[in-house]
Amino acid sequence: MSAGITAIGAPSLSQEVRRFARFLLSEMRPKGPVLTPFNVITAVIVLASAVILVFRYVFGLGAITNLSQDVPWGLWIGFDVVTGVAFAGGAYVISFLVYILRVEKYHPILRVTVLNGFLAYLFYTGALLLDLGRPWNVVNPIIGNSFGVSSVMFLVAWHFMLYLMALFFEFSPAVAEWLGWRRVRRIVGAMTLAGVIFGITLSILHQSGLGALYLLARDKIHPLWYSEFIPLLFVVSSIFAGLSMVIVEGSITRKVFHHRVGARLRATHDDILFGLARISMAVMFVYLFMHLLVFVHGQRGPYLATGWGAWYLLELVGFTAVPAVLFAYGCQRRRLPAVKVAAVMALVGILLNRLNVSTIAFKWYLDVRYVPTWMEIVVTLGVISAELWVFRWVVNRMPVLDFAMTHGDRPATEPIAARTAA
Amino acid sequence: MNRRDLLKVLGAVGGAALAARPARAEEAARAAGADDPVGVLVDTTRCIGCRMCEFGCAHANGQANGLEKASFDEELTPQRQTSDKRWTAVQRHVVDGRTITVKRQCMHCLQPACTSACLTKAMFKTPDGPVTWRAGKCMGCRYCMVACPFDVPKFEFHSAVPRIQKCQLCVTRVAAGEQPACVASCQAQALTFGRRGNLLDEARSRIYTQPGRYVHHIYGEHEAGGTSWLYLSAVPFDRIGFRTDLATTGYPTFAKEFLYAVPQVDILAPLLLLGLARAAAGRNTDADEEGDA
Repeated sequence: MSAGITAIGAPSLSQEVRRFARFLLSEMRPKGPVLTPFNVITAVIVLASAVILVFRYVFGLGAITNLSQDVPWGLWIGFDVVTGVAFAGGAYVISFLVYILRVEKYHPILRVTVLNGFLAYLFYTGALLLDLGRPWNVVNPIIGNSFGVSSVMFLVAWHFMLYLMALFFEFSPAVAEWLGWRRVRRIVGAMTLAGVIFGITLSILHQSGLGALYLLARDKIHPLWYSEFIPLLFVVSSIFAGLSMVIVEGSITRKVFHHRVGARLRATHDDILFGLARISMAVMFVYLFMHLLVFVHGQRGPYLATGWGAWYLLELVGFTAVPAVLFAYGCQRRRLPAVKVAAVMALVGILLNRLNVSTIAFKWYLDVRYVPTWMEIVVTLGVISAELWVFRWVVNRMPVLDFAMTHGDRPATEPIAARTAA
Repeated sequence: MNRRDLLKVLGAVGGAALAARPARAEEAARAAGADDPVGVLVDTTRCIGCRMCEFGCAHANGQANGLEKASFDEELTPQRQTSDKRWTAVQRHVVDGRTITVKRQCMHCLQPACTSACLTKAMFKTPDGPVTWRAGKCMGCRYCMVACPFDVPKFEFHSAVPRIQKCQLCVTRVAAGEQPACVASCQAQALTFGRRGNLLDEARSRIYTQPGRYVHHIYGEHEAGGTSWLYLSAVPFDRIGFRTDLATTGYPTFAKEFLYAVPQVDILAPLLLLGLARAAAGRNTDADEEGDA
């Protein structure tokens, strides 16, 4: 990197390259004990996933999944992609709060949220490749020989891809600081706002686009879950899904990576969580009201008396209205445990909603229901495990949880030794 | 925020707008698809369930290996469907003690949901009407299967190089002036090949001349916005395995509003966000990521 070299001064190019390679190699080494229960369990899952995927690519999707001609999309789309993307919505909401509205209160969790979002998208796009029957053709909608512009999927693919780049761009200051590239850091820092604006726009459209995919399945999805407002409901629910995920992830991250948490984040962590809870609650009431409008307008009353009606109420009352009230209670009384329970419940509600639209209420009239195989579940867990490994590796090295301290410089001494490996 | 930033944002917006050009494929296909595509009229009152159409189809499309001897004795159930090895399937329904056999295959919609769903244009409606599939473009996402109101596209789940399998309305034979293989094999004159407009006339004249023989409905005239395959029946269509609750508009219509909204959001949202950012600027001097503090 010429920028880095000129900034530093005299050393020759080969010296600099060697120094850089040594630095990267040293950073590759795990920091902390390797044989922890978490590492052993996730390693087994990832290895098992690799074996299963060999079967998948040799014998086809049918060899390891319960997908059928009736149910072309299963767990890998319904959970990994449709639910995972909603859970990753925190990145664009926090970016909006910090960069557009300039609410500095949320600045300390910005980088970790953006990192989470970036890795989520990276790995979910990866999971999508596992599900594609002919993945070698995945470049077709990009290189221009076959633009299916009438397809919602085409828009989702493009917005996904561009958003992945926008997220990396948004996170790149942390990478530049880690590598000590001051000039790169200055350049990417100066262009952040443009990247953020671009990223939020892309998010609104691919979050809603994932719902819009199902607009064509009008006569296959149970009427309680199908409406022409699916795109709007998806984008609104991604706001509180993303924030609830930030609350849950933030609580876990703070414990596991406590040695990496900066003073500012430590001091304001609870305030941040209460603030996020308050925003989530407000958005959840808006979401519930929209559902009520769709329910009344669509004259769906008669369906409530059926089993599907009970399932619908469980999702919207049990796991959306109840956590919204619990958020309100937690904020009012400043009870952090209540907020955390509400966040988990809200996530379950979103999980139910996305799975209902994509698999459970999809072809609800069939006698034979789709249930994922254990292999589909293991591969899903494998994707999550791999993502957690990369997340841990990055958090333990780059200024993610505490970035006020390192403004363009690599810290001269190692911080406190990491407790977890990698 | 200065002029350079504004230009960057505008550049980004332009890119997004290019990526999200509105969808006109289905309109184009409809216009080119000639006003009068080729089609087939199926008169289920004439069908004797001999399944010669199935065998003709399998031989013409290189699927004869799949026809084991045992399949001759296969029972024709109402649930019998097309599959990744069989592009057409004859079902047998018993309605009020009366046996009715029905040939099923791709309906070749005038505005196909599958082609509008396809992000690589692998599903492709030829100008003359047949909806075909192109291996070199398909990435195997199976969105066509989710979108199709008739559940026609089938996927080779047990192949490392899977293909989408469905009736192609013998597009090469038709282009050469021949009849589709199933029509050519039909011994009972249950299948009539022709231009859709003529087939509709023929179907109506059969209903008018023998009103007691048919229900007064041509399945496919309006279903899913109209299909190239048309059906006549002696009993209501929902009794012989057809969905009668389908929309009468083309299925691509359901995604159209969203698709038209996308470029607008792509252009308006960044401007709105930029305005908000500028309005909120200056309130707080702790700008960490923007420039060096």
